[in-house]
Amino acid sequence: MINKLISAEDAVKRVKDGDTVMVGGFLAGGHPEELVRALVETQSAGQLSLISNDTGTPELSIYKLVQSGRVKHIYASYIGSNPETGRLLMTKEAEVNLYPQGTLAEKIRAGGAGLGGVLTPVGVGTIVEEGKRKLDIEGREYLLELPLHANVALIRAHKADEAGNLVIDGSSRNFNFVMAMAADYVVAEVDTYVKLGEIDPNHVNVPGILIDAIVKVGNTHE
Amino acid sequence: MNNREFIVRRIAQEFKDGDVVNLGIGMPTLAVDYIPDHVQIMLQAENGILGVGPKAAKAEENIDCIDSGGSFVTTVAGACFFDSAVSFSIIRGGHVDITVLGALEVDEQGNLASWMIPGKKVPGMGGAMDLVVGAKRVIIAMDHVSKDGQPKIVKACTLPLTAVHVVNTIVTEMAVIEVIPGQGLMLMEIAPGLTVEDVQKATGAELWISPDLKAIAV
Repeated sequence: MINKLISAEDAVKRVKDGDTVMVGGFLAGGHPEELVRALVETQSAGQLSLISNDTGTPELSIYKLVQSGRVKHIYASYIGSNPETGRLLMTKEAEVNLYPQGTLAEKIRAGGAGLGGVLTPVGVGTIVEEGKRKLDIEGREYLLELPLHANVALIRAHKADEAGNLVIDGSSRNFNFVMAMAADYVVAEVDTYVKLGEIDPNHVNVPGILIDAIVKVGNTHE
Repeated sequence: MNNREFIVRRIAQEFKDGDVVNLGIGMPTLAVDYIPDHVQIMLQAENGILGVGPKAAKAEENIDCIDSGGSFVTTVAGACFFDSAVSFSIIRGGHVDITVLGALEVDEQGNLASWMIPGKKVPGMGGAMDLVVGAKRVIIAMDHVSKDGQPKIVKACTLPLTAVHVVNTIVTEMAVIEVIPGQGLMLMEIAPGLTVEDVQKATGAELWISPDLKAIAV
């Protein structure tokens, strides 16, 4: 079995200039803080595209990433919690694309699920429909929303086994599940790392085949 | 009783036993304090919980159990967790009975503007667009007029829309108004001490008066 356990510093070396990076989480819940901190502090890839539900809060390292000038495109749903993202939008220092939250989740899901896009009624009649194809399906209008894919996804889970199977607790599942499917290289930050067979298959939230690297944080042992 | 309490007390009367309800951040979340004892609802948080309970005590705060405003919460018996794609499938798929949220403007066609003021405030729409399109019933909780006294209930919204033809009911400190598709705004209830003329004067669109017009009782 391939050993997927690596350091945060090694994991984020995979991010190169011009890459698209997905960061899981909803505000601080399920946010891979150590991975993002390593991305901010230990390497310097620039011209990045960042895909994140909310781009976090000022307490999180993702705030520093947005502030660093290394991010040129942002795809998010809600940015009211990160004033720096709002500033980049206003000054046009970065291109900030906002999507309805369910649309953002489905665009990422489509990217990982081999779909050419999704049709959603959400956004019809609003500025969200600008530049998008609109289709009439049995008398109702839908927007065609195209898939999102990333070079690297940084996600958070509670527990991983050696195969990369993940258990994510509570409301921290959020975007971590869809992002695990939608990137070429997926790193999971976990509290707990266990041997093969120690996670009941009934309790696996994310299949291990989707996970390329595991970074263990904290001192939790089982 | 202040205006906010008055509004959310009236909104809490709309919940029926067994309803799945999503409450927006701010005033709408206060409605949970006034749900009648015989009514049990299932609260959804769009970040991935069905069955949100009271706020967590300091010692029980858990980063894996937050609501959509980022507050630490508990869960009720029978609750469940899911990821964002499932959460918004629940929302978009019509499995939420009622969503309650605030608004900047609502117009007589049920169009809603609630998420941005161009050049001023662009926090992103979050889950609001999905919620108002997908929920079976959309209730707006807001002050009847803006801080500078301008009507927020108007003939046609001027701010960027959240969605078209989605609002069912508007509850303010002055009135309860139903949007009747193809007809317009129907004044259903009126706050004690106010006249129909008072409400009409504070409203930027023509109101139809319900034959069963009542006083708001909270």
